[in-house]
Amino acid sequence: MNIGKDLVAASSTPLILAILSEGESYGYAIIKRVAELSGGELQWTDGMLYPVLHRLERNGFVKAFWGRSETGRRRKYYRLTESGEGELASQRRQWMVVDSALRRTPFKTFQLLPQGG
Amino acid sequence: MSQETDNRKEGVRISLEEGIAEWRSYVRRRQAIHTVDADELEDHLRSQASALTEAGLAEDEAFLIAVKRIGDLDELSREFAREHSERLWKRLVVAPDTGGGIGVDLREALIAVALAAAAAVAIKIPQLFGVRMQVDQELPEFYFRNLSLFVLPFLAAFFAWKRSLAPLGRLWLAAPFAVAAAVINLMPFASHGDTQVLAALHLPIALWLAAGYAYAAGRWRDHDRRMNYVRFSGEWFIYYALLALGGGVLMGLTGFVFSAIGLKPETLLFTWILPCGAVGAVIIAAWLVEAKQSVIENMAPVLTLIFTPLFTLLLLAFLATMAWTGSGIAIGREELIGFDLLLVVVAGLVLYAISARDPQKRPGLFDALQFLLIVCALLVDAIALWAIAARISEFGFSPNKVAALGENIILLVTLGWSAVLYARFLAGRASFARLERWQTAYLPVYAVWAWVVVIIFPPLFGFR
Repeated sequence: MNIGKDLVAASSTPLILAILSEGESYGYAIIKRVAELSGGELQWTDGMLYPVLHRLERNGFVKAFWGRSETGRRRKYYRLTESGEGELASQRRQWMVVDSALRRTPFKTFQLLPQGG
Repeated sequence: MSQETDNRKEGVRISLEEGIAEWRSYVRRRQAIHTVDADELEDHLRSQASALTEAGLAEDEAFLIAVKRIGDLDELSREFAREHSERLWKRLVVAPDTGGGIGVDLREALIAVALAAAAAVAIKIPQLFGVRMQVDQELPEFYFRNLSLFVLPFLAAFFAWKRSLAPLGRLWLAAPFAVAAAVINLMPFASHGDTQVLAALHLPIALWLAAGYAYAAGRWRDHDRRMNYVRFSGEWFIYYALLALGGGVLMGLTGFVFSAIGLKPETLLFTWILPCGAVGAVIIAAWLVEAKQSVIENMAPVLTLIFTPLFTLLLLAFLATMAWTGSGIAIGREELIGFDLLLVVVAGLVLYAISARDPQKRPGLFDALQFLLIVCALLVDAIALWAIAARISEFGFSPNKVAALGENIILLVTLGWSAVLYARFLAGRASFARLERWQTAYLPVYAVWAWVVVIIFPPLFGFR
């Protein structure tokens, strides 16, 4: 299944915030976690994650700090802030509204063929 | 990036380190992606690549895939630019380079501020000897005569320090300032005499060009350095005007807040803040121009581009009106100065347009316009000159009229020859470099004339 560009962009914020609510993390690990959580269905262009992280930082939802990786390399970590938690809760509610609205509509084809297949 | 990929396709095996170094050099060219962001992206690249090698890929393949997954650099830098839009505005920072801005040498900043402060102190020193600036009173003639001597030596000192001028060069540099100080103060000027006013007005020009000697690191014969000083002067003027605007706001607000609590801050404003700020700003503006020259587009050529057509239009309209109505120019003292100013502006427009033009470019529409501007200015000036000559033959010579006439002739010569060179350039019979060289070769003429007015005019006209 190919998830549309707009939906990827719109879902990136709640996903990143949700992943960071599990504990502080860094770019590459966040990308990996997204792939894990979506079963590989959500594919981001890796680089695009960073401008989103920087925007979240500017809005005060996450806090960035430089640390070290296991191998001693400089690495930038991100941690969820209190206002980030609030934002995550509000985004969750919004997604749930959309989700439940969609669920109430008739959903006929339960078995979609894999695309390209 | 496609370049990189091609290399791999050709089977050139590059180690991960080399690959990353190359990738970083591509990233560094993006204005919107700062060094710290590149660090972050590099960490991502390395994590991805090492995960892929652990999964069994070769190092170069892993690197390739990692780069691919980071995404297209153009798109990425657009995203960064959207998030950090301020990064598209170049800016100066007085600190070591931490990211986007261009670092300014802290030592240079300190020296500039110290020299500005020194000039600000110097302008108040005469007060200790009883020469006072007072509100509601005319500036003492001592100040009027010596104004440029309170500030331009500091400017010259700044250049001398910046360019590491040799000791002999420093002596040469000091000479005109010493001569100027002696001449302007020892000559027995008549109070409020014309020759004194003229000398005081021409001294800054003479000393400004003398400071150019330090700017060019002593190599004042070098045409490129002369042209650089011309560019510097234009930018300096714009920065000074901007500082003056800010200073005006500062003074206005100072006056307002203090009068709101019943104090009269006029003395503070007009005998301290104004003179000290005005001289200090000369140095600060010079420092800013020096510091930012590689960061921000030069303003003077941009203004030239805007105003050349407008001035051409003005002159054409003026000539057409004069031809239509058949009226001559009534030349009084003000008109004389007005026409001189007009020529100065046109000469300046030509000079700055030339300073910014790529000499290799072929003649274009703007060059034709410039040529038209010069020709119009020459026509207007010929009419003005004729009127001046008539007035002189009627009333005889006076210092003001001779000074105005001299300036007029000097500008007429430079513009006239510029017109000839421009015509030949437009006709494809001479290179643009000739025109550029003519402008810089002519600069000493301005200096010589300024010194003539300062040193020769007063005795010539009996100090009246």
